[in-house]
Amino acid sequence: MTQGLIDPPKSSISGSAVRRGDQIFRGITVGSGLLILLVMTSIGIFLTWKALPSFSHNSSNFFTESQWFPDQDTPIFGIAALAFGTFVAAIIAMLLAMPTGIGTSLFITFYAPKKLAGVMAFFIDLLAAVPSIIFGLWGLQFLMPHSEGVARWLDRYLGFIPIFQNRTDLYTKSLLIAGIVLAIMILPTISAISREVFNQVPRSHVEAALALGATRWEMVRMAVLPFGRPGIISASMLGLGRALGETIAVALILSAVFEVNPHITEPGGNTFAANIALKWNEAGPNGLSALIASGLVLFLITLGVNSVARGIIARRKDFSGAQ
Amino acid sequence: MSTQLRGSILPKWFAVALAGLSIGSAVMIERTTSVAGVGGTITLAVLLYLVLQTTWSFTVEGRRHAIDRLFATLMYSSFVIAALPLATLIWTVVSKGIKELDMNFLSHSMRSVSPSKPGGGVYHALLGTLEQVGIATLIAVPIGILTALYLVEYARGGRLAKAISFFVDVMTGVPSIVAGLFIYTAFVLTFGFDRSGFAAALALTILMLPVIVRATEEMLKIVPADLREASLALGIPKWKTILRIVLPTAIGGIITGVMLAVARVAGETAPLLLTTFLSQSINQNPFAGPQAAIPTFIWDQISSATPASLDRAWAGALTLILLIMVFYGTAKLIARYYAPKA
Repeated sequence: MTQGLIDPPKSSISGSAVRRGDQIFRGITVGSGLLILLVMTSIGIFLTWKALPSFSHNSSNFFTESQWFPDQDTPIFGIAALAFGTFVAAIIAMLLAMPTGIGTSLFITFYAPKKLAGVMAFFIDLLAAVPSIIFGLWGLQFLMPHSEGVARWLDRYLGFIPIFQNRTDLYTKSLLIAGIVLAIMILPTISAISREVFNQVPRSHVEAALALGATRWEMVRMAVLPFGRPGIISASMLGLGRALGETIAVALILSAVFEVNPHITEPGGNTFAANIALKWNEAGPNGLSALIASGLVLFLITLGVNSVARGIIARRKDFSGAQ
Repeated sequence: MSTQLRGSILPKWFAVALAGLSIGSAVMIERTTSVAGVGGTITLAVLLYLVLQTTWSFTVEGRRHAIDRLFATLMYSSFVIAALPLATLIWTVVSKGIKELDMNFLSHSMRSVSPSKPGGGVYHALLGTLEQVGIATLIAVPIGILTALYLVEYARGGRLAKAISFFVDVMTGVPSIVAGLFIYTAFVLTFGFDRSGFAAALALTILMLPVIVRATEEMLKIVPADLREASLALGIPKWKTILRIVLPTAIGGIITGVMLAVARVAGETAPLLLTTFLSQSINQNPFAGPQAAIPTFIWDQISSATPASLDRAWAGALTLILLIMVFYGTAKLIARYYAPKA
């Protein structure tokens, strides 16, 4: 506890212990902190306020309607297709990025030669520095033509499973490709946080396991994974939060269709964020309000996901005794 | 009875032999049936390797070692899978972007350049990005640093501090498009300003703030308490101690954090699409009129979708990556310059 040492004594030898400069400076710092609280709360307030008009004009159910015609004379719009696309793309991304990200961080922490580990970690972290527009451009121009074969293969050999079935002859601009690009984008998030957790595994646990004759994998399974589980979960949820809110890469890749289509290799699909970016400049007053409403839903979802993730991390800090 | 402490293990050369065997058979299968293509052949080779290794190891070394080897191979492959996209991405951006990227591209705008014709450049967008990111930094840095000072130097775990700390964490996860939506609803719809470079800068500020607060906090926490105590013991007021002793000690790390935040928002596209209008010409005034930025420039060129505009999009992407690398490089240099000297 450094607090008692830093604070000036309550009574002083001469003059007042409370100095004017201190009060002012403290006030300024508190003000900045409050400003951040204010910004976060006003995001919710302003979005709700500007979203409300569209609700009263909507002649359909906002949550179950999948069409998007907010600027007609009788506006019809809803987020069903958007929510579906957002979650499907994010789930595909999670399914791909979680094992790869965790595997990568285990590899860097426990398998790679110590000298190379730093360079490898830096290389993976570089992925996080690439802007999403460049991921979108790359996904559109490089990944899409190169991954068509995978989609065709899935359709031909696993097509009996409805989600892989393709009723068109087009295999591009699909939720599957959007999911793959999202997976690449959230991989550094998952990998960096779980690496941080794996580095905190007490050295004694690792060495005890190895000393008892465990193989390297048994050491990972019995000493590292149980310790790191909360960290892995929250890392994945932070990745999920990023995948749900990602805009530009998805907007470039998907061919926006307002339809709930479970066939993920077919062109189509749409997400909250991509829809806002694509419809923004052509939207009328009610259209803007409707887009803001969908943005509010996205905000609340990511808020929930991130809060849970942060909660898990915070709880772990309290109980594990590791800092 | 065996006196051996260690079971039999596979010789060192087995991995090489197996790799050769699996690649060989995968190529053979591809040649005779031709179902897979290049990607399929590689996948097939890896799968063959996994199966052969596990079987071989299982018969010679036993179950536990077979599983150990299986997972080791899986971890190595997951790293390769993770590194592959970055490698191809860098290669594509550099090889396609270098075609168009020259002094002419950097020093000209897109004014009266037809989307389908080559020519034009990124100057107007570069200018816009520098101005918008600059304004965002000017706003976010003082607020971010002061908030971190409150959290570390004054509050140390009070209720308000916990709330602020939690909201900073949550703010990190705010999707960039929501930041843009918020600035649009508040700044444009409610207060009646026009969409402008400044509105974009405000949206970027929201994205920068949590990064700066967190980085500063980390740095302040590692400033030794002795320094503060020595200063306070000499009768120096706390605010002066913070400004003259604590901040200068931590300044290297703080500037690095700020540069990383700058690098992160420089590539943001979504909030700019909502808060600025696309522009083809130079606009030095961020407070009025449409102003371009490199990310929206790339977006615009992709939307035009002609061969010439796609070339420009790639060149823009390369420019953006180089700009971000300059920011990162500066961050590293600053960190090194201010690092405590032994």
